[in-house]
Amino acid sequence: MNRADFRRGVRDVAPLLLGVAPFGLVAGIAAANAGLDLTQAVGMSVIVFAGASQLAALDLIGRDAPLSVVVLTAVVINLRMLMYSASIAPYFRTFAARVKAGLAYLLTDQAYALSIASYRAEASVDRVAYYLGVAVTLWVVWQLTTAAGVLLGTGVPDAWGLEFAVPLVFLALLVPAMEDGPTTVAGLVGGTVAVAGAGLPLNLGLLVGASVGIVAGLLAERPMEVNATDGH
Amino acid sequence: MATSYADPLVWGVILVIGVLTFAIRLSFIGLFGYLDEIPPRLERPLRYVPAAVLAALVLPAFVTLEASGLAADKLVAGGLAALVAWRTENVFATMAAGMGTLWLVRFLVLPAL
Repeated sequence: MNRADFRRGVRDVAPLLLGVAPFGLVAGIAAANAGLDLTQAVGMSVIVFAGASQLAALDLIGRDAPLSVVVLTAVVINLRMLMYSASIAPYFRTFAARVKAGLAYLLTDQAYALSIASYRAEASVDRVAYYLGVAVTLWVVWQLTTAAGVLLGTGVPDAWGLEFAVPLVFLALLVPAMEDGPTTVAGLVGGTVAVAGAGLPLNLGLLVGASVGIVAGLLAERPMEVNATDGH
Repeated sequence: MATSYADPLVWGVILVIGVLTFAIRLSFIGLFGYLDEIPPRLERPLRYVPAAVLAALVLPAFVTLEASGLAADKLVAGGLAALVAWRTENVFATMAAGMGTLWLVRFLVLPAL
């Protein structure tokens, strides 16, 4: 393994840790609020290792939502990683199955974004080394900050409303996700329907809101495409 | 907020989410050669998953009903944080603005009204 490429991965991911660390703290705090102990919280961060889905699942677990709804919600949130897997797969095709499995386990938004940019810019990069530099760093920081969050979360009074940090993290991810007309429509409709459906039984508001939002985005594609081509 | 699910159930749900998430991650990486690209019928809706899901998580947390009516502290803090998120696209700045405003409204403004 090329050590220089590994170190380059670590260096490239360093600035992103400023966003990941508070996210991990919040995941730990949310786990403590949901009634998980330190082992369960860190166990979740190791086994699932996908922040947004962990936070949503913890919120639902804390409210005693049906476990099928918890699982379905987490899976829907993580579906976006299908796109990353498909996009990065050609660069991993020559590796052994065991290596592929290890790299897949470590796949995150940040590891995908940095690695694909590096692979496209430079054909000679040691793909595994660079990827591990990014992904292992993220993994270690995620586990440490989750644990720190649990310890912090159990010591802070409820009145401080630390659980409010969870939607704030999602908000910071939502803005770049609404990158064009149809995705903005998907967000606005999905959010509004989820607010209207907040009282739905089984905590289904999130899933209903997200589904309607996806349909709204698809429906918005056609008229917006017409507008876009008119300009050319 | 603490769950009433027993420990084995909590571990079970963590494990199931973990296995399914790993399957999603491995999907194309593991099957490349058999399945080279996402079918268009799946790819189009996938494009809207992040925005729709994230918004469905965010908005209900900002617009919440309490016994006394709309929770003003969360609404104001969420609104201001949205402005910061839109201008900076920075996780840390968004959290600082949202939590700072929440505490300001909850501990200083609302008690003074």
